[in-house]
Amino acid sequence: MPRTHDVAVVGAGPAGLAAAVEAADAGLDVALVDAAAQPGGQFWRHYDENRARPEDRHGHHGWPAFTALRDRLYALRTAGRIHCLPGRQVWLATRDDGGTFTLRVTPTVPTPGTTGGREPVVARALILCPGGYDRQLPVPGWDLPGVMAAGGVQALLKGQRTLAGRRAVVAGTGPFLLPVATGLARAGAQVAAVVEANATLGWLRDPVGAVSAPGKGVEAAQYAATLARHRIPYRTRTVVRAVLGDGRVEAVRTVKTDREGRPAGPEREIAADLVALGWGFTPSLELPLMLGATTRQDIDGSLVVAVDELQRSSIDGVYVAGEATGVGGAALSVSEGRLSALALAVSLGSLPGGAAEIRRTQARIRRGRRFAHAMHRAYPVPAAWPQWLLDSTVVCRCEEVTYGELRHAVDDLGATDARTLKMLARPGMGWCQGRICGYATAGIAACPSGRRPTADDLRPLSGRTPAVPVPLGELAALAEGGAADRAGGDSRTGEEAVNRDGE
Amino acid sequence: MTYRMTFRGAEVPAEPGQSVAAALVAAGIPDWRTTRKQGRPRGLFCGIGVCFDCLITIDGARAERACLVPAADGMRLGDALESGDDDRDGAGTHAKEDGDAADA
Repeated sequence: MPRTHDVAVVGAGPAGLAAAVEAADAGLDVALVDAAAQPGGQFWRHYDENRARPEDRHGHHGWPAFTALRDRLYALRTAGRIHCLPGRQVWLATRDDGGTFTLRVTPTVPTPGTTGGREPVVARALILCPGGYDRQLPVPGWDLPGVMAAGGVQALLKGQRTLAGRRAVVAGTGPFLLPVATGLARAGAQVAAVVEANATLGWLRDPVGAVSAPGKGVEAAQYAATLARHRIPYRTRTVVRAVLGDGRVEAVRTVKTDREGRPAGPEREIAADLVALGWGFTPSLELPLMLGATTRQDIDGSLVVAVDELQRSSIDGVYVAGEATGVGGAALSVSEGRLSALALAVSLGSLPGGAAEIRRTQARIRRGRRFAHAMHRAYPVPAAWPQWLLDSTVVCRCEEVTYGELRHAVDDLGATDARTLKMLARPGMGWCQGRICGYATAGIAACPSGRRPTADDLRPLSGRTPAVPVPLGELAALAEGGAADRAGGDSRTGEEAVNRDGE
Repeated sequence: MTYRMTFRGAEVPAEPGQSVAAALVAAGIPDWRTTRKQGRPRGLFCGIGVCFDCLITIDGARAERACLVPAADGMRLGDALESGDDDRDGAGTHAKEDGDAADA
């Protein structure tokens, strides 16, 4: 029998790191599971620590905060108070009748000929900090090589010291486009344009945002200065309406739009070999949904986990922190992770006098949330985005389902909700299980009724069991009641098999 | 030292610590498989293990996420069919063990 931890923390990004060290400091026995080989998550993604260079911290925000958390993590690991399980993805989370949780894990990158990294993690409570990834809207040509998620371009820079192209266009909406553009420029790429669908650098001017997070104003000013220094054009209320190229990206066609995103001005062609796209972020909700946690829709339109003022989800013993409770950035995530751990420790009686620290952390979270909401209001997804699509535009990249096929299912077959649309036209049923096209598919289902996608539209495209593809042997072992760590060998060839049946 | 890998026979250098995908992109190779239906080229998209666009065959093991697998000296990349065609079995460098429930 594996040992039963007081708490298992899933994710070692800003929220998970803070949760793990805070819980361990409060005397709890902690397991920390993370998909990556080293801590930091997407926000503090960095080059292989064994080969670190001083310049790896360039372009990072809050790097001292990260290294402080990491130092505490490694010290607590050495002291045996945090059981670190890097390089593992959780594919199944269950809760037994006694309230004990079991996480089934599989190596993120399997090592041929080995069976390690599959021992289940057992704990009496969970703090889920799964983070998120770039939200995407399809556009003609977005499946050409050289088009990448903005976060992927950033991950290549920060995690791999690799430039994905020489001449880039960064497009979509939101403040995250700025660090991507300035990161590319600093690394030596020419940034031909930042193409922002909304009107302004709104967070510079938003009084609520400025009051809630004064440091953010400085950050924005730094980005603006870097854009100016590298002479990077910042085109507002403009969108990429097509990516052009034969076999790979050669240019983008941009167009001015009105407030709703309807093309309303001259088009312009910009040569590029790299296009970075991002429309905000989509939280990863696989594990909370698998456990039955209640969800809601946040101001940015994303489906998120509903939590109370102590980060508790609707499921007893399941705390959720970070982007999964509402996209809000690293500082807010750290506070939420911390609060989860404090609240759990107090509930277990192991942190007498924790109430004051809880109140202080809650105040920080309220301020961070106000800023996040101001930002979401400044950078909405334009309502008219489906007007940019052609019938031939691929929406679901995995199954190559086109906009024309989706419209046929909506207009002619009566698919007026996302679940029916998914059944009829099969978007979101390939390898990625709708992670990339889920938001767009929900929007296309809602579009004919003239409404924005609701939580009910998003839910059928957000749940996935198992959460990641696993070798069939591991599933079989589960079905036979065998231990998952006995299973599988390294039957990677069957790995694609088990998460493709859709629901 | 710089690692040396091969992609469809051509040499691809990699810095220790780089992923397979980063090394390919740095070598000017933006795509390494084609899609099942339309035969469209695909390479790196999300870059963080979410989208599965960057699937590649590594040393005979199919469907690895190139963005997550660390480069290693001597790796053979993409030496089986990369079409995602689940009905065929690449260049026969390995046997399928579990069958393919994917398209069942």
